[in-house]
Amino acid sequence: MTPARRERGLVRPYVVTDGRAYPTRNTFDLVTLVMAHPDRPLAGLSPEKRRVMELCLGGALSVAEVAGYLQLPVSVTKVLLGDLVDSGHITTRSPIPTAELPDIQLLQEVLDGLRARL
Amino acid sequence: MDSALASEGAVYLPRTVRTAVKLLVVGHFAVGKTTYVGSLSEIKPLRTEETMTQAGALVDDLEGIEDKTTTTVAMDFGRLTLSDTLVLYMFGAPGQQRFTRLWQDMTRGALGALVLADTRRLDQSFPVMAILEEHGLPYAVAVNHFDGAPRFAEAEVREALDLLPETPLVTCDARDRISSTHALIALVQYLQNRQAPPSQEHA
Repeated sequence: MTPARRERGLVRPYVVTDGRAYPTRNTFDLVTLVMAHPDRPLAGLSPEKRRVMELCLGGALSVAEVAGYLQLPVSVTKVLLGDLVDSGHITTRSPIPTAELPDIQLLQEVLDGLRARL
Repeated sequence: MDSALASEGAVYLPRTVRTAVKLLVVGHFAVGKTTYVGSLSEIKPLRTEETMTQAGALVDDLEGIEDKTTTTVAMDFGRLTLSDTLVLYMFGAPGQQRFTRLWQDMTRGALGALVLADTRRLDQSFPVMAILEEHGLPYAVAVNHFDGAPRFAEAEVREALDLLPETPLVTCDARDRISSTHALIALVQYLQNRQAPPSQEHA
């Protein structure tokens, strides 16, 4: 279903991330929403970061979707996104706070949305 | 040059979306997780892969050590925009393996999980239910009815799976969008009941 990408596997994940296994910030969840700033210059970005930017310039996506579309491991994607947040290219919208129970109102919104699809 | 490929087919969220929530769809091998996620998802389900080792996978790669116990774990996931401001992600997660980092990543912030079960192999649901309990993630069980699989009374399935009385047990057809939606509704209703003040609950 997903098209084979010829460039996949050409470089090892650590090359993409300059050898780093963890992002500069530990704020990314799989469903953290990321958005690109359209007015930031892409010059000087690594090819992978450029790909992230070009994907994200189209609109908002979750971290998991960025990883899925670019066929990069989630951990690598987080490192790239962390750098791009640091450089001001990407802003994030965090998911609901962890370690907190989801409130009834939020669950009600989920329920309403699901029921509307029946 | 490859970027055109990368962004091709990407379906973006409405600009108004503020909140993303996450549910897990778990179960043993070939129980129908990918089918289920595919039935509900508004986008073509995506797959992410993660290489798991005992230590950090990326650091180990740097050493060039290939014969360590590395495993690629794939997660299929889908998306459902529920309102102008709310989007739901469903992650289909493998249940038979214990990769702490993967599970931490997946369960972190998740509202709950739907355990898919097959009446022909109910015992194979135990490991994944144990993992969910370890991570404190509430779940409902949906028996994915396969053609030709035996149908049991609810009480029998409950007993076989050793479910708590409050754990919802529903039947669904993972190939069917409406049926799959009903199963998800049962889960979210349960999550909501757990949050409700005890005075409003009738056991």
